Amino acid sequence: MSMAIARREVAPVPRMLGAQLWSVVLGYIRNPMFTLFSMVLPVMFFCFFGLTNIHQHISSSVTVGAYILASMSAYAMSNVLVYNIGINQATQRARKLDVLQRATPLPGGVALLASVIGGMALAILALLPLMVVGAIGGVEMPVTHWLDLAAAVIVGSLPMLGLGMLIGYGASPNVAPALASLIYLPMAFASGLFVPLTEMPSVIRDVAHYLPLYHLGQLSWNAVGYAQEPVWQALAWTAGWTLVLFLAAARAYRLDQQRKFS
Amino acid sequence: MNENAVELREARKHYGAVEALRGVDLAIGRGESVAILGPNGAGKTTAISLMLGLRRPTSGQARLFGMDPGDRRARSRCGVMLQESGVSDVLQVRETVDLFRAYYPNPLSLDRALRMAGLEEQAKVKVGKLSGGQRQRLYYSLAVCGDPDAVFLDEPTVGMDVESRRAFLDGIEEFGRQGRTIVLTTHYLREADELADRIVVIDKGLVIADDTPGRIKSRVAGKKVTFTVMPGLQEADLAGLPYTQLQIDGERVRLLSNEPEAVMSALFRRDLAICDLEVVGADLEDAFIGLTHHTQKEEVLTV
Repeated sequence: MSMAIARREVAPVPRMLGAQLWSVVLGYIRNPMFTLFSMVLPVMFFCFFGLTNIHQHISSSVTVGAYILASMSAYAMSNVLVYNIGINQATQRARKLDVLQRATPLPGGVALLASVIGGMALAILALLPLMVVGAIGGVEMPVTHWLDLAAAVIVGSLPMLGLGMLIGYGASPNVAPALASLIYLPMAFASGLFVPLTEMPSVIRDVAHYLPLYHLGQLSWNAVGYAQEPVWQALAWTAGWTLVLFLAAARAYRLDQQRKFS
Repeated sequence: MNENAVELREARKHYGAVEALRGVDLAIGRGESVAILGPNGAGKTTAISLMLGLRRPTSGQARLFGMDPGDRRARSRCGVMLQESGVSDVLQVRETVDLFRAYYPNPLSLDRALRMAGLEEQAKVKVGKLSGGQRQRLYYSLAVCGDPDAVFLDEPTVGMDVESRRAFLDGIEEFGRQGRTIVLTTHYLREADELADRIVVIDKGLVIADDTPGRIKSRVAGKKVTFTVMPGLQEADLAGLPYTQLQIDGERVRLLSNEPEAVMSALFRRDLAICDLEVVGADLEDAFIGLTHHTQKEEVLTV
């Protein structure tokens, strides 16, 4: 062995992750419809609901504009995580991308990490046009509120990342888009993201407190100064839901792997 | 250092109640070119899956370069072409090859990987726009782009036209001449004859033959006799003839025999009106059908 030139036995993980991430980004660029929708829809909803009475106050310090901006930020971020990750993952499974990948030296965790990073990045990117339109449209808040809002939706959306992965690994690709809508949209309504909960039937108001999107909404509204639920409580619920949904997603992942590779 | 490229030891694989492999012992040395043949459902793909660690044996063992097949060091030395497994349609050929190159520690250059698969002109074409044959060549490019010591090709020429198939097979042969290990399964049995220096026949989950293409052919019926008869010929009309296999397809009769002369003289003696008579050496396909047919008839699996 003394003559042997030291050759790497496996490729460096950063190189694999970088290449994998680049392929995710290229996928977004080549498939711009989803990317565009995920950016345009929240802006459009904000214009419909928020711009009309943007300066009207819902509390002494918070305007309708700021409130709706917070709701739509929560929607923009969580929407991308559920749909993008869920449907992408399910489609990749259907086309057996994972089978060929599995036969290569690429660790499964690296592929997963790349799609999560890509999904998170796209979701954060979806916030930008919304916030720009909000600022131009006349939402006036201290800078700290803008930053708090961004941080709140990123942290508060983590359970939806889990839900996205659960759908991605648990559902068949034909079912995944419908299933994502069936779970996500009613939950968004029942959590008060589109219509304030005060307008909802009391049954829904009672259920709302258990939903992860409700607490995401609370964190977002808190960030712009409209506090209802204490932050620590919303964070505790978020942490709990994140744990539950990540565990469920991990189980779905393991079952899927077992079906194919055991 | 001299460990085998691939080893299966007493490998069994059950899918529920189905026994896909029923105890396979197989060692493939470095630099060998081995073709795995067998009818559909014989267990070929399962065997390759065990070698690559895509599936775990129910009992027994699989080793890849002396390691667990799931070991990334072992996988880094292998290139793989699988049936029914995909890559993203929206990426270009060149981007896809680049992606896979990043998985391997010492990959070929992009140009070289594309050239080996004859894809230079398609480098900037999106994968979704490739023809079936071009897609197969892309998969081949992905299999060799990591400069592997061993390549595993599961039905590699499906969907290729004659010309690109020829070029493709030449490419694999050249690759084999560089001391690489080649393991392939194929339905084009002529392909196995041309490419492999060893053929492993699997049927019903067992290895029923493991030899050079020449010896496999000589083991079973030496000649193939085909002719056309008047309609209405019954199998009974040919009873007693020294054939190992008989197939009547309308007016066309095909049989395999080690004593073609005896078959002919019997045919003429029985005064059957035959025409278009042909006697040729059985090719691998015939040999292969003979082998699997044999086991079906006797249910004895000692070869």
